[in-house]
Amino acid sequence: MAIASENNVQPDVMAKAIKEAVFAGVVAFCMFLLFVGIETYQDINNQLVWRTRWGLLAVFVAVAVVGRFVTVAFIKPHLDKRKLAKAKTGVLDISEEKSFFHKHFLKIALVFLLCYPFLAMMIFGRQGSLKYVDNFGIQILIYVMLAWGLNIVVGLAGLLDLGYVAFYAVGAYSYALLSSYFGFSFWLLLPMAGILAALWGVILGFPVLRLRGDYLAIVTLAFGEIIRLVLINWTDVTRGTFGISGIAKASFFGIWSFDVGAANNFNKAWGLPSSSVYYKMFLFYIILALCMLTAYVTIRLRRMPIGRAWEALREDEIACRSLGINTVATKLTAFATGAMFGGFAGSFFAARQGFVSPESFVFLESAVILAIVVLGGMGSLTGIAIAAVVMVGGTELLREMEFLKHVFGPDFTPELYRMLLFGLAMIIVMLFKPRGFVGTREPTAFLKERKAVSGSFTKEGHG
Amino acid sequence: MATGTTTMAKDTILKVEHLSMKFGGLMAINDFSFEAKRGEITALIGPNGAGKTTVFNCITGFYKPTMGMLTLNRSNGKEFLLERLRDFEINKVAGVSRTFQNIRLFSGLTVLENLLVAQHNVLMKASGFTILGLLGLPTYKNAAKAAIEKAEYWLEKADLTDRADDPAGDLSYGAQRRLEIARAMCTGPELLCLDEPAAGLNPKESLTLNALLRGIRDEGTSLLLIEHDMSVVMEISDHVVVLEYGQKISDGTPDHVKNDPKVIAAYLGVEDDEVEEIEEKLDKGIIEEGTV
Repeated sequence: MAIASENNVQPDVMAKAIKEAVFAGVVAFCMFLLFVGIETYQDINNQLVWRTRWGLLAVFVAVAVVGRFVTVAFIKPHLDKRKLAKAKTGVLDISEEKSFFHKHFLKIALVFLLCYPFLAMMIFGRQGSLKYVDNFGIQILIYVMLAWGLNIVVGLAGLLDLGYVAFYAVGAYSYALLSSYFGFSFWLLLPMAGILAALWGVILGFPVLRLRGDYLAIVTLAFGEIIRLVLINWTDVTRGTFGISGIAKASFFGIWSFDVGAANNFNKAWGLPSSSVYYKMFLFYIILALCMLTAYVTIRLRRMPIGRAWEALREDEIACRSLGINTVATKLTAFATGAMFGGFAGSFFAARQGFVSPESFVFLESAVILAIVVLGGMGSLTGIAIAAVVMVGGTELLREMEFLKHVFGPDFTPELYRMLLFGLAMIIVMLFKPRGFVGTREPTAFLKERKAVSGSFTKEGHG
Repeated sequence: MATGTTTMAKDTILKVEHLSMKFGGLMAINDFSFEAKRGEITALIGPNGAGKTTVFNCITGFYKPTMGMLTLNRSNGKEFLLERLRDFEINKVAGVSRTFQNIRLFSGLTVLENLLVAQHNVLMKASGFTILGLLGLPTYKNAAKAAIEKAEYWLEKADLTDRADDPAGDLSYGAQRRLEIARAMCTGPELLCLDEPAAGLNPKESLTLNALLRGIRDEGTSLLLIEHDMSVVMEISDHVVVLEYGQKISDGTPDHVKNDPKVIAAYLGVEDDEVEEIEEKLDKGIIEEGTV
């Protein structure tokens, strides 16, 4: 818009904003009329009846109208003005000095994570911290680890795997079954679960990795479902949908046990009051260590020839073959390594829950893990960790938002809307940061200086 | 590995015999034979759609030929039948490396990383298939250092040292072409196959390319190239093979090929009666096939 007309811009913008807000309202009304406006339920006689929820529908439409109005009338002109001012002064974003927090982000994050359980205990008390260590800390870190594992397959090697949760299930069930049938300890079964999952990765990968792109995605999706269906139907071994309960807890390297009745109980040995929070804190540090192991191995592997070959495979498979790289073997190692970390996470999950059932390994889990990898920025460990915190922490936070009941009525259960949150987050990130939170790529070797590679050069891989 | 029984002259690096490639009903290459000499630049030319790239894809393992034998003679005396090797082994075992008509770089990796990926097999062995390398043993560290030195050598040759830490996708077209050649050379090939290396280059870039290719030949690597740019072909090649409609129509030194009426006819086209005239002469033996 010309600068001369700046004064008479305001009414123009207002008229436009009102027009767009009405339009958004109409679209929202049409979309939500059947989804939100009408609800079906079963009455006492088990008959399906429906009732209307005009109030809730009105809230949805109002949010759309007001949101669109504010965006067009205020936010967009403000952003444009800022951009214009920046262009005039000639200050570019890239030339700005990084802040202290930005520079030392990783160190600060690690120190915070190491202190986190103690901080939670200090602030919320012994029982109060249980929720923060377990639901937030451990839950998020499990997803961080899974996403970092999947990152090797999807982010580095560019193989779209929609059945990653299968390896998580293999790890969880190997621990659950081997510990309840043979009584092996957690520390023996943790590496075994990883190896078994990696083995499954190779067994699956061998026939499947000839496929590329969409075809590979569909077959891995099917494999994930096959594993789940086997777990449901092989009732003699897995007890089907009932799942396996009473799985042994992890011990403190065999020295102290966390079982309440045991003679070498950890709490007794250290004179601590009996509370499950110490076990949770111990689990928190185990999963933190496992995450660090995943990150360390990923970082080291990226600088090895195998890691470079993975990334080269993502960029161009045909060129890889012309350079004498055995693409099948390279893909298999990526698949197996990713699967191994899935297996580690699975066995940890089984030890933490004390109960596994096929319910925990549905396709939705694969989709969530993949969404975290994509949102974080494929290949970037920091971005993925941030995405996991936002997405998993966000869904956990939704449970806490009791006040929403005052807005939407007492029947409103906020955690049912977590998928909406996921969708919203994806749309926002993909609009503003199409390559994820961290879209740049760190080179693995350099001659003079290490320059980050812009996301616009890297490829997503075609299978 | 497959070892050929035919004995070849020591100075022949690649011998293509009776190569045929059929795509469904289409005969893309029909009974094509030629030899490439060691330490020479052999050019494969022909009009668009003659089947040059198909020949390349057969040699470098991207297609399995319908018929024919492709024998590669390495300097250590070993012979390989290329059509029997798996695609990646053609580079790894037989030492044949190639570039592509539409450049295929790892655009999200830096220039240096591109050259390191090309040394995958050497580094892989040195790192004990990753396991020893993860433990941080010195063998891998030394190999990694040597790999960077080799990369630096080729960066220097390709005039890309300043751009070593930039993403390959950020380079100009001419620089990408040079990088692709440097990357192919980092695999340590004995035969380098170039698919239209001068396509899209300006005259100045073309000249630097010529110098680069000559340098590669003088260091002992044989070259086989497809090219449309006659200034490049006639300038640097020692031997030219002309292909039309999947068949060889001429074979010899650049001067010989330049004056071959069949080649001129293939490139410029001739009147119908002229074709008959030439054919008549051929039949009567007034002019011999392949001569002026």
